[in-house]
Amino acid sequence: MMDLIQVASVLGAAIAVGLGAVGPGLGEGHAVAAAMDAIARQPESAGTLSRTLFVGLAMIETMAIYCLVIALLLLFANPFIH
Amino acid sequence: MSESPLSAPVLFSIGAVDVATPVVITWGIMAVLVSGSWLLTRHLRGQDSMRPPSKTQAVVELVVGAIEGQVRDTMRTEPSRYLPLIGTLLVFILFANWSWLVPGIEPPTAYLETDAAMALIVFCATIYYGIRVQGLRRWLAGFAEPTFVMIPLNVLETFTRTFSMLVRLFGNVMSGVFVVGVVLSLAGLLMPIPLMALDLLTGAVQAYIFSVLAMVFIGGAIGNEREPPTKGTE
Repeated sequence: MMDLIQVASVLGAAIAVGLGAVGPGLGEGHAVAAAMDAIARQPESAGTLSRTLFVGLAMIETMAIYCLVIALLLLFANPFIH
Repeated sequence: MSESPLSAPVLFSIGAVDVATPVVITWGIMAVLVSGSWLLTRHLRGQDSMRPPSKTQAVVELVVGAIEGQVRDTMRTEPSRYLPLIGTLLVFILFANWSWLVPGIEPPTAYLETDAAMALIVFCATIYYGIRVQGLRRWLAGFAEPTFVMIPLNVLETFTRTFSMLVRLFGNVMSGVFVVGVVLSLAGLLMPIPLMALDLLTGAVQAYIFSVLAMVFIGGAIGNEREPPTKGTE
């Protein structure tokens, strides 16, 4: 029974990181593309744009980081494995 | 590899109190920063001085001026009140994230407790500046924006954004350390160097983002103060 929980935890961790990287990847791609577009149109506002872009990217990236933390919890601090 | 990144290793114990390695490294970084600041600002020359400022003073003024400009741009208010907090956060996290450049030292920000402490500082500073600038009633009324239905969500957001701040810094720095360890155990010497270069970039960006988010949160808490008082009765 213990083994099954461990297998499920490792699988869950891998799936969490793998799938959790897809969404933020797509989102960050959209954000950077839009920022590039905006900088190409208005090079003089590049400073403000990149500052906002960095903060926005950090927000989006947090989703992937959450998945990473969930995976680490499953691997190292699993409440079902004693 | 088998060592959990979620718990900090204990270096030594004083009585019943275990002192973890990140705590010692944090105090070391603090000592370096404090003594460095003291050495750098010891012989500052004012504007009315006859002689021009020294090269060191010019560099320090450049750095402080850059941070000041960022605070002014992001918060759209006079930066002098917030500069000590934001600047210290930025410099400390930058030094902490880059502290692994010294061999044998792991960045203290790769452990949850250090990041939690700093996120807690930002959380308290947000409340403090919000109440101090706006007054208790207007600060509380800010939770009912745009309608009173949003009160639970706004209160919840105050906590979750602090939590996401700490998880973001922890996750980024810790994953960098972790990946370098994994690659080192799999591929051997010299292989992790590109990843370590990436970690340098990540560390700088995360320090910047942490301080920008602190600015944005505090700026949101003091919200209405910086706009010209057109309809307010105060």
